Amino acid sequence: MSFPHNAWLESQRGLIDFSIANLGRRRGRNLGLFLAYTLLVFLLASVVLYGDALRREARLLLADAPELVVQRLTAGRHDLLPAEWLDRVRGLRGVRAAEGRLWGYHYDPAAQANYTLLAPNDAPPAPGQVEIGAALARASGLDVGDVLSLRGFDGKPFAFNISRVFEAESELVSADLMRVNAADFRAFFGVEPDLYTDLALSVANPREVRKVAEKVLDRLPGARVIAREEMRRTYEAAFNWRQGVLLTFLSTILLAFALLAWDKASGLSAEERREIGILKALGWDTGDVLRMKLWEGALVSLCAFLVGYTLAWLHVFYADAPLFTAVLKGWSVLYPQFRLAPQIDLAQIATLFFLTVLPYVAATIAPVWRAATLDPDEVMRE
Amino acid sequence: MTPQRKRRGSTLAMWALGLCALALLLILLDSGRLAALHAEALRQGQARAMSDQLTDPALFTEARFARHASQADRHAAFQDHPMALEHFPAGSLMPPPDATALMPPP
Repeated sequence: MSFPHNAWLESQRGLIDFSIANLGRRRGRNLGLFLAYTLLVFLLASVVLYGDALRREARLLLADAPELVVQRLTAGRHDLLPAEWLDRVRGLRGVRAAEGRLWGYHYDPAAQANYTLLAPNDAPPAPGQVEIGAALARASGLDVGDVLSLRGFDGKPFAFNISRVFEAESELVSADLMRVNAADFRAFFGVEPDLYTDLALSVANPREVRKVAEKVLDRLPGARVIAREEMRRTYEAAFNWRQGVLLTFLSTILLAFALLAWDKASGLSAEERREIGILKALGWDTGDVLRMKLWEGALVSLCAFLVGYTLAWLHVFYADAPLFTAVLKGWSVLYPQFRLAPQIDLAQIATLFFLTVLPYVAATIAPVWRAATLDPDEVMRE
Repeated sequence: MTPQRKRRGSTLAMWALGLCALALLLILLDSGRLAALHAEALRQGQARAMSDQLTDPALFTEARFARHASQADRHAAFQDHPMALEHFPAGSLMPPPDATALMPPP
């Protein structure tokens, strides 16, 4: 590689040569620093990439969720609601359609897992049949044609024939689902025919959702109305920078980085201070010393940033983020296997860059500037 | 015999930075490819969510407030009362909804 001959460029090259030689002299220490720095960027970038991708995925998957869900609250808790509520909300102006939803949970002691049972209004399975999520099929070791036997509300065994296992691609929404017929659902849970878990409303004009929600509450004071926008915000909040999933990871990472930067900023070693004194005695001015140290910090942090970001990319989008899976899984027995699509933008990279590279470079320069402004004789005698 | 020229540190540094920048460029290109590959899976997930009127992703299946976070009781994750001890690890990842964010605008 050849560089154009320019006095300024040549002087910068000289400074970089010196910085590289300097880094090489304390190889072990600098390699350790580089690895720690890379790990830090890797964790931080993994968190940001994973969180952004999850948030985007949840937003897109739930884009067509019911516009309004109406629950009945009894003593402050969710309760089954009577079918006559359907007629009461159907008559409201602005409500295009209203359907009763039937869904609930079942804990299977054999698999030690919670299943979500659902009786869909659209294309329900035949009586006695069940369609199950891929994670449920994996955990229970069952497949199409097998019999899934569970104990109903009264303790009597209930046998479902598995007619379908959902495609792995939809696992993020269907991992633990059991789709059954409404009559089977009611028989299994002992739910009376005139009761529903909640209501799903679609609204004619999307801009009137809030108005319709108010009308529902006027007509059904014991109800709780959840708008699609609120469902979306729940997940926005959970995967946001400042809350939930990300905060859990970020807090430790940011603390580690603050420690690293503080350690750097708290001072130079005696050897480094003597070295700066010698350089100044040899005729280097303060600016040269600062530029040399700036190059040193910039090279380490830039390389660590780029290597860390690349590793984070591979970790999240090619290795399915094994570091996060362990945390997200918690005590869940059924855990979806899913791939995420990246949501990348330059602002995100720039934010990460400013969060990691700039504080480090600033922390490196500050103590050097203090040492470089002192008299060389004084520095060497310390 | 000419003495072998020692490679300058700046040349090595530029090569290292160049390689890293190339990796970043490849990542930017790869993001478009991955998004296109993922489109079909996303479409299937959306179709399932729409036909079954699903409200939540099946990410946390250990507790009901985490499985259906958007449908959970108002003071979930602390299911029994606001000061109750949290039972499940998911509670630390899935905080109770921000009540102020869910309030209607004035």
